[in-house]
Amino acid sequence: MKLTDEYEALRKTVQGFARDVVAPVIGDYYEREEFPYEIVRQMGAMGLFGLPIPEEYGGMGGDYFALCLVLEELARVDSSVSITVEAAVSLGAMPIYRFGTAEQRATWLPRLTSGEMLGAFGLTEPGGGTDVPGGMRTTATLDGGEWVINGTKAFITNSGTDITGVVGVAAITGTTAAGKPEISTILVPSGTPGFTVSKKYSKVGWSASDTRELSFADCRVPAANLLGERGRGYAQFLQTLDEGRIAIAALAVGLAQGCVDESLRYVRERRAFGHPIGHYQAIQFKIADMEVRTHTARLAYHHAAERMLSGLPFKKEAAIAKLVAGDAAMDNARAATQIFGGYGFMNEFPVGRFYRDAKILEIGEGTSEVQRLLIARELGLADL
Amino acid sequence: MNIVVCVKQVPDTATERKLRSDDKTLDRDAADGVVNELDEYAVEEALRLKEAHGGEVTVLTMGPGRATETIRKALAMGADKAVHLSDDALHGSDALATSYAMAQTLKKIGFDLVILGSESTDARTGVLAAMLAERLGTPQLTLANKVDVDGTAIAIQRVTDYGFDKVEATLPAVVSVVEKINDPRYPSFKGIMAAKKKKVETLGIADAEIAAELVGLAGAWSEVAEFAAAPPRAAGTIVKDEGDGGTKTADFLASKKFI
Ligand SMILES: Cc1cc2nc3c(=O)[nH]c(=O)nc-3n(C[C@H](O)[C@H](O)[C@H](O)COP(=O)(O)OP(=O)(O)OC[C@H]3O[C@@H](n4cnc5c(N)ncnc54)[C@H](O)[C@@H]3O)c2cc1C
Repeated sequence: MKLTDEYEALRKTVQGFARDVVAPVIGDYYEREEFPYEIVRQMGAMGLFGLPIPEEYGGMGGDYFALCLVLEELARVDSSVSITVEAAVSLGAMPIYRFGTAEQRATWLPRLTSGEMLGAFGLTEPGGGTDVPGGMRTTATLDGGEWVINGTKAFITNSGTDITGVVGVAAITGTTAAGKPEISTILVPSGTPGFTVSKKYSKVGWSASDTRELSFADCRVPAANLLGERGRGYAQFLQTLDEGRIAIAALAVGLAQGCVDESLRYVRERRAFGHPIGHYQAIQFKIADMEVRTHTARLAYHHAAERMLSGLPFKKEAAIAKLVAGDAAMDNARAATQIFGGYGFMNEFPVGRFYRDAKILEIGEGTSEVQRLLIARELGLADL
Repeated sequence: MNIVVCVKQVPDTATERKLRSDDKTLDRDAADGVVNELDEYAVEEALRLKEAHGGEVTVLTMGPGRATETIRKALAMGADKAVHLSDDALHGSDALATSYAMAQTLKKIGFDLVILGSESTDARTGVLAAMLAERLGTPQLTLANKVDVDGTAIAIQRVTDYGFDKVEATLPAVVSVVEKINDPRYPSFKGIMAAKKKKVETLGIADAEIAAELVGLAGAWSEVAEFAAAPPRAAGTIVKDEGDGGTKTADFLASKKFI
């Protein structure tokens, strides 16, 4: 698929940034489990946090596909940096842009799109991420013109950095006419009394990204912090997650491509039995398979993004893209680590990092099982 | 202030670069074209001067049709408009001929300040700034790692082996910059989109009043007589430490004039 000149220029710019600015330092951040504020600042200056948002809110006036291309190029070098942008834009800023009131947009978007402030979205709870809203326990009740929030959220990306400004919290705000829980999203500014951010989780991967547990104990915010309409929370995050899957697929394709890049370089240098290891067909086939997986996953996410931007239904395509791209990332990371031999098991080599970063791609923004459930449902199998 | 930045498209240093066997000029189709790295610093400095003092930044490129990619990059960084000097007659111009063609163009478009990278990664002659200044009859302030403009006064720090010289002049002037001067910005997507709409004026040699016999291969004063691939790097010397490793290392460094 040929990109337009502008997309190609954006891709090349971010490729250069990832190579020259991110690659030399990210390994150290990762090892220290430190959030890369300086890299985030520079990405902000490039406008990466405002890509799909119109210029009137400080955005770049691009579209969701531009964001995906950027996430892919970043993840080709490092996933922590890529997920930081993904969560900030797709989960933090986009819901405010799509569903927020004029005042909410004006309050939050200029700082979110510039990268000066990061946004987060809290849906998952310790008791369940897949079973939403069934397993949801967090509640918000109106009291004297304020929402009073109680509950706990688990694994929330970007929620506790020094520059986190706002978290969208999905909460039960009542019962619908049909007797189901009524879900709404409430914007909670960082630092609101009663809102506590725990210390960072120690993670298997994405170690330079910020993931935390949040707790709310009689946390009060103004009634006007309701995002969009009351009772629309479920519909809102379904849309957010459908789009987010395309973004995560792009990130996964980047990781899969990074495995190809690293392997191609290494098999020319590393020698065994008198030849570069790339001479051996067992290695060549591994790389050919890696390339096939990356290529097909890329086509899948491009296709889903194209449908989304044309206003066509894209739920199934987004689920397919997320599933094949997550698998491609995981399989390529395993193959690349194998090609690197003992060095592949060392944290100082990028493929070691890719290996640790790949697994979450089969879990976050809907597990691979959930993607299959969605695809089966779209095929009309749910009612059998 | 009317600033003109000279930007050159060069073959990507990360790819294999070749000379053409027919006329011994650089094979510009064989490799990806990128902005000469030092020129990005020149563009950045021009943009900073404009941000501080107002005015306009014009990109000037001499090169074949595909050099428009390079122009777009400089425009995406924030330059206002561009002039593309492009003519088959310019193919094969050496540094002297290039400086003539560029000087003619600069006279035509006008300038208060011309900024260049101090050399290009392909030819690496590093003489263009000096030649341009001579032809334009302006002061030359080369190898700058710092530029200050105050009204029509300009001062630079010129990098030398021993530190730096402070050089002052009045505008109009020609400045060349080294990479220590700044950190070039990455274009934003908004910048990339805006670049599409900016004006790029293409001039041929007649438009810039360039005499055909003074440029191109025929007009060149220097000629590539012969070329060969760079020899593979020789193996390094390993000095065994027999208690005198320090002395041997120092002797080696002294023999290479590092100390
Ligand atoms: C690093 C990281 C960052 C994250 N960032 C965020 C964030 O910013 N915001 C946010 O809200 N969440 C975030 N999450 C949470 C993530 O989205 C959830 O972990 C994920 O949705 C899975 O939920 P769970 O962990 O509760 O697993 P569970 O829902 O408990 O699932 C456990 C297993 O059961 C399977 N399963 C569940 N139901 C079914 C079924 N019906 N049929 C078959 N199998 C089923 C699942 O596929 C899975 O294999 C993040 C998680 C991590 C690890």
